[in-house]
Amino acid sequence: MSKKMTEIERNLLREIADLHKIPEGAYNIRKDGELDGRNSTANIEIVNKEDVPGIDIIIKPGTKNESVHIPVIITKTGHSEVVYNDFYIGDDADVLIVAGCGIHNSGCDTSQHDGIHTFHVGKNARVKYFEKHYGDGDGTGERIMNPKTVIHMEENSYIELDMAQIRGVDSTNRETVVDAAAGAEVVFMERLLTHDKQKAYSDMVINLNGEGAKTRVISRSVAQDDSEQIFRPIVNGNAPCFGHVQCDSIIMGHGKVSSVPAISANHVDAQLIHEAAIGRIAGDQLLKLMTLGLSAEEAEEKILTGFLK
Amino acid sequence: MLSIKNLNYTVNTEKGQLDILKDINLDIDSGKFIVITGPNGGGKTTLAKAIMGLVEATSGSIVYEGEELVGKSVTERARLGVSYGFQQPPRFKGMQVIDMLSIAAGKKLKNADCCEYLTKVGLCAEEYVNREIDTSLSGGEVKRIEIASILARNASLMIFDEPEAGIDLWSFAKLTETFENIHRNSDSTIIIISHQERIIRLADELILVSGGSVTKRGSVADVFPDIMDDTKIGCTLMEADK
Ligand SMILES: Nc1ncnc2c1ncn2[C@@H]1O[C@H](COP(=O)(O)OP(=O)(O)O)[C@@H](O)[C@H]1O
Ligand SMILES: [Mg+2]
Repeated sequence: MSKKMTEIERNLLREIADLHKIPEGAYNIRKDGELDGRNSTANIEIVNKEDVPGIDIIIKPGTKNESVHIPVIITKTGHSEVVYNDFYIGDDADVLIVAGCGIHNSGCDTSQHDGIHTFHVGKNARVKYFEKHYGDGDGTGERIMNPKTVIHMEENSYIELDMAQIRGVDSTNRETVVDAAAGAEVVFMERLLTHDKQKAYSDMVINLNGEGAKTRVISRSVAQDDSEQIFRPIVNGNAPCFGHVQCDSIIMGHGKVSSVPAISANHVDAQLIHEAAIGRIAGDQLLKLMTLGLSAEEAEEKILTGFLK
Repeated sequence: MLSIKNLNYTVNTEKGQLDILKDINLDIDSGKFIVITGPNGGGKTTLAKAIMGLVEATSGSIVYEGEELVGKSVTERARLGVSYGFQQPPRFKGMQVIDMLSIAAGKKLKNADCCEYLTKVGLCAEEYVNREIDTSLSGGEVKRIEIASILARNASLMIFDEPEAGIDLWSFAKLTETFENIHRNSDSTIIIISHQERIIRLADELILVSGGSVTKRGSVADVFPDIMDDTKIGCTLMEADK
């Protein structure tokens, strides 16, 4: 990160990527649509796209235990962007990718980041991907993030995605599409907390195309105040495969949640399960923690923190 | 001292008014080890909940160490030293055993501290510290974690509601040993609701609650034979032991 970064910008980086200093390994920091810092390594190359805004991240086959950080921050009110990032993860690689977007809006115009991430995960490659969305600032301008994630998984590859949006983003439209070849496995952990009048929609389609393909989707969400969430995870089993979708939501105040998981088996050996549960915080949970000396508010906070951990 | 005077708890149901606790009067000196027993549906849990504030008394008074509890919130009562281990403890998705015990202790516990509490309730400790208190745990495991949370809280008044329920013989032996130790070494007032003879035998005093009232009270030697002679109550006790 450059020396001229302000405290607000540093804070955004800490929130979304846990970055306190320049990260080790490869990185690309994007600030208000401009490049703020970049580092490629011997095995991980980051290059600008020619035709559209965004970057290609090219990871050599066999790269082990390396990481890439590609945070995006926006502090200019009214800044709006569409960014395309493509990840080419070579066969047998084993890497950590930390993305994330932070918007600080203290003005009255809408700030918006639409990120389209496409992953090409090579044979036997393993990827851990973290993406955190965060918003703050006391302006009246909206903070909007619309991530689209497309994942092509080759044979026996593995990707684990941990996506979180805890407070601060006014509107989000998340779209995820995965194609998994034989033996490929995708694990999704999605955590979401919305409040006030925020809206969050998440559509996910996972196609298990090859024999032995697997997926596990765990979605935990909390809708407070007048916020609204809709989840539509779909798993298609097109081969002997295994899929498990689990959506759990807590609603509070006038929050609204719909969870519409769908599983469809197009092969006799596709084994698919979905579970969805929505409810308020159970009264006896609150009471139990109050018998341990917590106030009702403290008890609620503890329950939510655990739930979204 | 815990002093309960003319305590009543009444609920309105479709079938009309139901008197669940009827004019309970009970003084318990500080530091005593009391066992409350009696048939199912007698009102033991409701009495414990009325002390903790989980149900609000319809009338009467509950004074603990000079403070009137009736009208105070659960939190306020907890902060005055009242604690209660639920008969049917809730589960918490995402909350680990160490989190719960830390909340109970009022400070961040180390793994070793957690292990100590868990061992006292017969749980093989290391394995459990980071487990989530969700549906992956059996009823007996959740129950023992509940008891451990009361031990970790170490309040001046500890009420345990059928701590023996759902646990295996080995854990039960461990638990009675723990209660023996508390009896010997702790200054806290202990009230255990139980049907187990081995726990009953530890009591300084045995109280029989039946039909929403305190029907007998005295030393174990005095009260226990009476209970066992009373076929109706005796049989329910034996039933509950199974
Ligand atoms: N809210 C309530 N509404 C109706 N009946 C209740 C309510 N709470 C308790 N009871 C009834 O009061 C009686 C005493 O219950 P409880 O205190 O749980 O007994 P115990 O713990 O001795 O088995 C039972 O018959 C129970 O069904
Ligand atoms: Mg009971």
